[in-house]
Amino acid sequence: MNPLYEVVRNPDRCIKCRVCERQCANEVHKYDAELDKMISNEMTCVDCQRCVCLCPTHALKIRPNENQFRENANWSHQIMDEVYKQAGSGGVLLSAMGTPKQYPVYWDKILLNASQVTNPPIDPLREPMETKTFLGKKSQKITYDENGKAHYEKTPYLELDVPIMFSAMSFGSISKNAHESLARAATELGTYYNTGEGGLHEDFYKYGKNTICQVASGRFGVFKGYLDAGAAIEIKMGQGAKPGIGGHLPGMKINDEISRTRMIPKGTDAISPAPHHDIYSIEDLRQLVFSLKEATNWEKPVIVKIAAVHNVAAIASGVARSGADIIAIDGFRGGTGAAPTRIRDNVGIPIELALAAVDSRLRDEGIRNDVSVVVGGSIRSAADVVKAIALGADACYIASAALLALGCHLCRSCNTGKCNWGIATQRADLVKRLNPDVGYKRLVNLVTAWDHEVKEIMGGMGINSIEALRGNRLMLRGVGLTQKELDLLGIQHAGE
Amino acid sequence: MNYVIIGNSAAAIGTVAGIREFDSTGNITIISDEKYHTYSRPLISYWLEGRVSEKNMMYRPADFYEKNGVTPVLGRKVTKIDPQKKCVVLEDGLQVQYDKLMVATGSKPFVPPMNGLENVHYHTFMDFDSAKAIKSEVKDGMKVLIIGAGLIGLKAAEALAANGAKITVVDMADRILPSILDNRAGVKMQKYIESHGVKFILGTSAEEFTERTARLKNGVSVDFDMLIVAVGVRPNTELVADAGGKVDRGIITDMTQKTSLDDVYAAGDCTVSYDASSDTNRILALLPNAYMQGEVAGRNMAGREFRYVNAIPMNAIGFFGLHIISAGSYDGEEYVEETENTYKKLVFRENRLVGYILIGDVKRAGIYTSMIKERIDLGDVDIELLKEKPQMMMFGKARRLEKLGGITK
Amino acid sequence: MKKVYVNEDWCLACHLCEFYCAAANSGADSMIKAFRDGKKPVPRIQVEEGSEVNFAVQCRHCDEHPCVKGCIAGALSVSDEGVVSCDENKCVGCGTCILSCPYGCIVPDEEAHVIRKCDLCVKNHNGAPACVEGCPNNAIVFEER
Repeated sequence: MNPLYEVVRNPDRCIKCRVCERQCANEVHKYDAELDKMISNEMTCVDCQRCVCLCPTHALKIRPNENQFRENANWSHQIMDEVYKQAGSGGVLLSAMGTPKQYPVYWDKILLNASQVTNPPIDPLREPMETKTFLGKKSQKITYDENGKAHYEKTPYLELDVPIMFSAMSFGSISKNAHESLARAATELGTYYNTGEGGLHEDFYKYGKNTICQVASGRFGVFKGYLDAGAAIEIKMGQGAKPGIGGHLPGMKINDEISRTRMIPKGTDAISPAPHHDIYSIEDLRQLVFSLKEATNWEKPVIVKIAAVHNVAAIASGVARSGADIIAIDGFRGGTGAAPTRIRDNVGIPIELALAAVDSRLRDEGIRNDVSVVVGGSIRSAADVVKAIALGADACYIASAALLALGCHLCRSCNTGKCNWGIATQRADLVKRLNPDVGYKRLVNLVTAWDHEVKEIMGGMGINSIEALRGNRLMLRGVGLTQKELDLLGIQHAGE
Repeated sequence: MNYVIIGNSAAAIGTVAGIREFDSTGNITIISDEKYHTYSRPLISYWLEGRVSEKNMMYRPADFYEKNGVTPVLGRKVTKIDPQKKCVVLEDGLQVQYDKLMVATGSKPFVPPMNGLENVHYHTFMDFDSAKAIKSEVKDGMKVLIIGAGLIGLKAAEALAANGAKITVVDMADRILPSILDNRAGVKMQKYIESHGVKFILGTSAEEFTERTARLKNGVSVDFDMLIVAVGVRPNTELVADAGGKVDRGIITDMTQKTSLDDVYAAGDCTVSYDASSDTNRILALLPNAYMQGEVAGRNMAGREFRYVNAIPMNAIGFFGLHIISAGSYDGEEYVEETENTYKKLVFRENRLVGYILIGDVKRAGIYTSMIKERIDLGDVDIELLKEKPQMMMFGKARRLEKLGGITK
Repeated sequence: MKKVYVNEDWCLACHLCEFYCAAANSGADSMIKAFRDGKKPVPRIQVEEGSEVNFAVQCRHCDEHPCVKGCIAGALSVSDEGVVSCDENKCVGCGTCILSCPYGCIVPDEEAHVIRKCDLCVKNHNGAPACVEGCPNNAIVFEER
């Protein structure tokens, strides 16, 4: 095998400070005393850019290895490499983060509207602009008593100051410092972060009112105190990056703290089964939803998270009827700490199509207001957020973008446990590279910036409330899409 | 308030600083028999070596007296303290009244009686004038005989070597630098200094001097063009003794630096200090000690109450580029590491570090010094790290945070 | 007075502070020039590496400043604001301050025969300590405590 990347070191700039050497958990850089210079072992380089970012003289650059196999449009370099790798290992290929394959990104083929002349735009710096969102069942039956007082069914809900939440990433898949950053950012932003399936570390119960506690097939760390700790409970049925697949946190990552939090013995593999072994039907799901509501005194909304798969609309309809308050749909471009490469790159459907289908189906069935819809699976910018909401979402989940804010450079090596940015690792020396004081602030900055942009875009449309944007597909136009795609998205082509 | 300070070196300057912390208006008079603006005595060897200009000999900036409201009376000698009349008498009869007096008279070279010395032209090496006298005579290739292999003798040797002199050092002791080094370190330094061309004749002394020759007790004769006597120093205690103050080997003071005479304080090389590392009273002729004693005295003269409690012998010095730092007492359990160019000796007693010698690698030695001064119990100290090198890592987290975290009194 | 403090929970022992410090005090206008031709300007901050924690230490600008009191050359002084600094033209490199500093924060420059010490970048880097700006993990802060 050839190295995938080449480390380019500018000898005129390198001062041999050895920061790259100290900062590379993959041991790519090394000072050679005999040569009196820095040398590289590129075989282990994952292009995480840590050395590049910290090099005080900007002497480093990582680029794809120029070595080329003979050109072949069918047998790409990567495919050939994978064959060699498997021929050597006999194992399933593992990858992390979202698929890097060239599938269509519909967000990029949808354009937004703006007001001209009539229905004038609104300047968000001068006029009030509302991005507060409520998630949960929206009661349609309102009755009035003889005193004129309104009565309606009150169900638990989540209140979001911004229509963006941090989606599930377990303590175990990411570090404690990453979790602390998310928790503190959610608290300051008035939104929510999600524990993932790894339980809730005892230090973070104090952020409970901004925490969504996940219950997944492994049921790690689930007990009454955990369910009570959060603001909502999420049942994870599936994940966009690996629909139909469980999870596997290797024993070497199960240290004292993770063992305590997940309630499993130290050093044992944490295996989440592909299915919930007690759920084989919507009725079974309904039982779990109600069990969890009962366990928490009917005080917390329940979210059911599903992966975007072929018949997602029908599944969502079932979920809506299971008693869930919120449906979270995770698109196939979503990230993961580790997934079988073939699954990640070939299973599931794009979130844009899934969202459009679910929203339409729930409307058609008259049950759209029984649930809120949250979408994730590669929401990359405020524009994606606006487009998702206009397509029918109530709010968005972000995770990859949040990790980027924390320093992630999408090297897609989370599964190695050697994250040089202190995010997807449990190695103490690496974990401390993510100072939550810095991390949380960067998350707050990111979401605040997006919120500003959302307001800016809404203002341009002449809309001053996120409620008025939701499902407002007239604000969307497709470019370069087939009629079928436009029909599925429920939007018109640009120019129409 | 009239403050009078006899002396113009480190202890005197420390006294000014101590007084001015709490009294910005009182009159301060500095009286010195030397004519110079305050200069650094230890720098005379650097000056003789040519590494320091006369301008840089100044211990404090030119405007020091003015800025601190000090009236300098320079080049005039105090001959008497009259504690009844509370005045000092100068050699020309002038009387200077004091409310508080500081005696910072330092020490003088000790020249023992030696046969024939009275007929030989010789130098001592103690103050700027003595250095200037040597400088005016030294020539390239000149044979210099130095009697005394202590700090002063060897600093003179180093400086004269830089002037091209050929140097022989004679000492009665069988090793060099006995005041700061143990045997092994002494041998090491001796070899190093010898490698720079200095010749040692140890374990013997001069039997007799004739004009250009010293005949030693071991029968060897050494010819010289210049003779320097650097056998030792004696504290200048006469003023206080004559005034009826308690004097032993040096002037006796209490922990506030007050002498047995009312309103008379003393600090620096002329006093006896309490050595906290060996729990004994001894003369600690060290510049930092002099300054800090002066400072404590000055604060007390200004009406405050301070005590100077944690004095220890300590020294930082170098010869021909090889550095030595040592401190404390060498009586206790030893830990020694030695390489060709370095030497490290740590001395432990009663679960504390009480002394050390570092040669060659002296980085961060002050951490050891502070452990001796603060009498830190080694209970929560990582001994292996302590032995490896001076480092804050050896302390427990709590002490580290206290030291580095900005929690101060 | 604002001082430099290091939070040992976040120090990564990357040693960048040492390089930013050395470059900022080298007189050169860039790090590359400061270290050109194998030059090794001396940093005034030093990282201590441990098995679990790391931290950088630099002059505490302590109230007692024994270095100033012990300086034989009158090269060390403390400003009205409390910043302890060294006049490197006066320093003779005798090491008395190294002997005196309880934090081990005074660094000998073997080539120049003088000592180097942190002066909080008052004379360079616009008065913002270079170590603080260069720390990638906010482990070093410049603040009042």
